[in-house]
Order: sequence, then C-alpha cells, then structure tokens
Amino acid sequence: MKLVVTFSRKAGKKPIIAQVVRDTGVLINVERALIDSSEGEALIDIPDESCALVKERLADLGAAVRVLEDIISLDESRCVDCGACISICPQEVFSFDDDWRLRMDEKKCVLCGRCIEICPHRALSHKGEG
Amino acid sequence: MEKTISLIRERIRDGNARVVTAEEMPAIVAELGEEGALREVDVVTTGTFGAMCSSGAFLNFGHADPPIKMEKIWLNDVEAYGGIAAVDAYIGATQKSATREESYGGAHVIEDFIAGKTVELRALSTGTDCYPRRTITTELLLENLNQAIMLNPRNGYQRYNAASNSTDRSLRTYMGLLLPNCGNITYSGSGLLNPLANDPHFRMIGGGVPAFLGGAPGMVVGEGTQHSPAGGFGTLMVTADMKQMSNDYIRAATMAGYGVTLYMGLGIPIPILDIEAVRATAIRDEDIIVDVIDYGIPTRSRPSLRKVSYAELKSGVVDLNGEEVRTSSLSSFRKAREIAGVVKSWVEQGILTPVQPARPIDPLKSAMPLRETTRGPRVLDIMDRKVIAIREDEEIRAAAQKLLKGETNHLPVINTAGKLVGIVTTYDISKAVVSPGKASLVRDIMKKKVITTTPEEAVDVAVRKLEQYNISALPVVDGEKRVIGMLTAMNLGKLFGRWLK
Repeated sequence: MKLVVTFSRKAGKKPIIAQVVRDTGVLINVERALIDSSEGEALIDIPDESCALVKERLADLGAAVRVLEDIISLDESRCVDCGACISICPQEVFSFDDDWRLRMDEKKCVLCGRCIEICPHRALSHKGEG
Repeated sequence: MEKTISLIRERIRDGNARVVTAEEMPAIVAELGEEGALREVDVVTTGTFGAMCSSGAFLNFGHADPPIKMEKIWLNDVEAYGGIAAVDAYIGATQKSATREESYGGAHVIEDFIAGKTVELRALSTGTDCYPRRTITTELLLENLNQAIMLNPRNGYQRYNAASNSTDRSLRTYMGLLLPNCGNITYSGSGLLNPLANDPHFRMIGGGVPAFLGGAPGMVVGEGTQHSPAGGFGTLMVTADMKQMSNDYIRAATMAGYGVTLYMGLGIPIPILDIEAVRATAIRDEDIIVDVIDYGIPTRSRPSLRKVSYAELKSGVVDLNGEEVRTSSLSSFRKAREIAGVVKSWVEQGILTPVQPARPIDPLKSAMPLRETTRGPRVLDIMDRKVIAIREDEEIRAAAQKLLKGETNHLPVINTAGKLVGIVTTYDISKAVVSPGKASLVRDIMKKKVITTTPEEAVDVAVRKLEQYNISALPVVDGEKRVIGMLTAMNLGKLFGRWLK
C-alpha cells in the first residue's frame, strides 16, 4: 500500500521516516521524495497489514498521511493502444494484453509523471492528485 | 496456376471470394502450401495505424462577398498554405499553432474538422481589383467546405528503423522519449500487417489502387515522397475524402519535445494472382528486419546498434549488448488489426474492389540526401583559437590567476601529455575558496566529465550541446584529445556578422 506523507521541517530536521521504521519495525520503501528546507513530501510503500500502525506513528510524529489511490488515469477514448508509455515507465505499470490493448497495473505507479508528459494522445492524467 | 483480377472481382460479386488478413496468411500457407493458398485465397488485406507526419489536406472554402484572395490563412491559429488560387489552402499536419505551439497544430485542425467541431478561419489579402476584400474571419464546420481532400505525400512506410539512445541524457524525438544509456527502444509499424511489406516489389500496389484511409474509401496516388524501396523503405502517396473519415482511424498527436503529428490509419487489399503474391503475403514479423538506430548521434547517417526483427520488437524486450532493453511501440497494432478487418469487410461488400495499378510504382528507387551548395558554419569558423589551459597538478591559486588574466570563465585542464582531462570554472574556484577543504590542486576541484566539440562539428549541433547541458563553453578537441580551441557563448556572436546576413 502506498502512503503520501507530508511534513513540515520548521520544528527541526527530525528523521521521521527512520524513526517510524525503528519504532514499528516495519520496513518502509521510499519510492519518491521531495524535501526542501521548510517542508517535505514522501511517497512510501508498506505492507498492507502494517498500514494502520505506520499511519498512527507517522501522525504522532506530526506528519500528515493519506492513502494513495487511483494514481493514474487512462482516458480510453483518447488512448489508441500505441504503447509509447510502456518502455519509459520505471515501474513497468503498462503492458499489452493478448489483444494488444494497453493495460495498467496502477498499484505499481509511483507518480513520477513521465508517462503523462510523453503520451502522444494525452490519454494519461493524475486522478485526484494535486 | 494463375488467377486474373476479373476472376477475383467476379468471385467478390458472387459472394464467393475468400478474403483474409495478412495476419492470417502465414498459417494458411503453412497449412495448404503455396499452390493450395493460391487456389483458396483471393484477397489479402493489410492495415497500419501510426504517426505519419507527412499528411495534410486541400481545403476549398468557397467565395466570400465581397470576394477575397486569401494569401495568408490560419485555421484555429495554425497557418495553412495559401499560395494556391483565392480560396484553396493546404493544411499540413505538423504545422504548429502560432499561439499554442506544441499542444496544437495542423493535425488537430484536421481532427477537429472530422469530429464536427467549429474551426476559425482567418485570412489576409493585399486586395486586387477582382478581389477587393483584405481580411476575413469566420467559423467553419467541415460540411461548410466545398472540398476537404486529404492528400498525404508520404504514408505507409514499408518498415521503419527502431530507435535508441546511447548518450547519458534523455532525448525527446519524433520516435518518442529515448531514455539514456539505451534504456529503451521505440519502434513503429505493424510488421506483418504493413501494406508494402506484403507487396515489396510493387506488383499489386500502385496508382489507382483502392485504399482505406482514415476510415474513408480512398486511393493510392503513386509513390510517396522519399520513396526508397531499394533499401526496403518504400512509401505511398494516398488520398481520400476527409468528409468520410472518422476519428477512430485518424488522430492528432504530440510527440513531447518534437511537435505535432497525425496518426493515420491506412489499409490496402492485395489481390492474390500468383505464387509470388502468395509468398509475399505470407511474410511474418520474423522476416522483417530493421536497424536499431542510435539517435544520440546527431548526423544524417546515425549508426546502427544492431539488427532486429519486428517479432523481437513486438516481444517487448530486445537484447542490446547483453542487456535486456524494453521496447515501446509508437503505432497501434490493435488498430492496424482492426483496419485490416475493416478492409476485409469492405472488399467483401464491394466498397474497395481490387484493380491492377493504373500507374505502376518504381520498385527499385533510392532516395537521395539533400544537395547542399552552401555549408553552414562549423565550429572551427567561430571558435576561439587562443587556448588558455592549466595542468591538473597545478595549484588552485594558479588557476585563479589564469582565469583573471585570461578574462575567461572556463579553463580546460590537461595532463602532462597535453590531453584534456577536466575543466574548471570560476564557479569551481569560488566554491573551493568559500569552503576550503583538503583541495589544493586543480585536479581536486575540476569537473572530470567534460562535454566537448570538434572543429568540424556544425555550430548548430554544438549550440544544442550548450543548451542541453546548460553550460556556456565547450573545449574544441582534435582526435588526440588535445584542446585546440574553445567555443563559448560569446563566439556565437560572430555568426550574426558572417553567416546570418
């Protein structure tokens, strides 16, 4: 399960994610992170069964947490099943099915945005994400 | 055994013709043998759906009152060519919008017309006695045009080389995004369904032959521009009525960083008259070989990284120097297959009826490169020949002095053999002064990865390097990696005096 963690760094440079790993023993995979001097946002992947535990501990440490769902959206009326997105996706989200129709495995997506930029038919967009 | 076109037409009329797609043909030949397939199959249909930049349409707007001879014409701010009579224009697919640049272009105007959307026509004229009006702005639907005749100079490439990128940065090309260090391979074309791959000697495809184009029944006009069948890269010029087209089979597209293009659907039925036609249409993806071209090398003859078949490309993974590299198709095989299916039913219904070419296409031609009678500027024409370099074992202080004295911001760093090993800039030195660490020699602070140019390189290519790497100087090196000049942003000023008159 993927969680978006946002935190302010005004209170000092607390190693929040490292702290949660130590406290909970859950191995957190950081898939994407954008951190500057005042705030940070990280996309983390954790086992589903540890979700509640990790969320609770992150919240205790002052981070805002939300579950990432419906990450990338494919407009099938625009998509022509060309496959330009397939090889450029670092997470192998896209593939062809047996009928050469484009299929997505949204769960693998880490929101890098590369496919949205390169889709020749503008068929891909973020759904519910700012 | 041989069959005649009239026999095939008769069978179609009687509803007895066996029409199959080019995808079905290899298995039929394997099962029945060539003679058997010749007896059994009357027509093989083909299809392709991909980016075909060399496309566009002739439009006739009808006359205004008072009349205007439209000289400059824009459709939704995309310029159309107006140098043909008073109210005719040609809208080309790759023309960019004057206001929306990459995100909208001629292909989108065509798509919007076909989708039934309103398109704004704006035109200017100098005015004549017979055409007094000077400006016009009006909104048009496709149905308001007298004609909208799609005429695509170059469609249906027989096959197309795949693309990769050996450099260390991403390239945004008409072959899509090419990841650094050959991180992916892109390709285009429907392989065994491609029309010309099924008739490589142009025995049945030629001028006057019926074709499916963008969802409309149309026709092959003749050879396409840049037609080069000698090397396996034949092309077709094709036409059809835009008013009968459907956006299911024609789509505007944007290749990020390259620009606008048009995805066209094209399909051609091939009558099976003899054994040679059977063999040609039995072609499989394994039989169609292309090069993987390195787009990292910005010259006309880009090097090939390896040969590859469409079967390998379509498998999704290609081995490149021992690495498994993922592939992306840029054309749609699903659509190509759909088109071959539509062509099949159109042949059966008599909408597309096979004929002998009225105007045969040369099967042996080779396309020529551009004859250039003037040469663009090369690096040696404008580079700084006075080179101030520093040795890697000198003190940082010495570099600072040289930078001050030489009035430059970049110092190429050489080793004792005089070869380029790095570069230091005023920035590197300032950094070393602000946070002095253990660094004392030039080699401690120099950048070891130097982007260079050569004296023979075209200035345009060198300028692209400056832009891509966001740097302001390039050492000019010879074959021995000796620095023989520097090309800085300042040298580019010389272009205005000498070359851009």
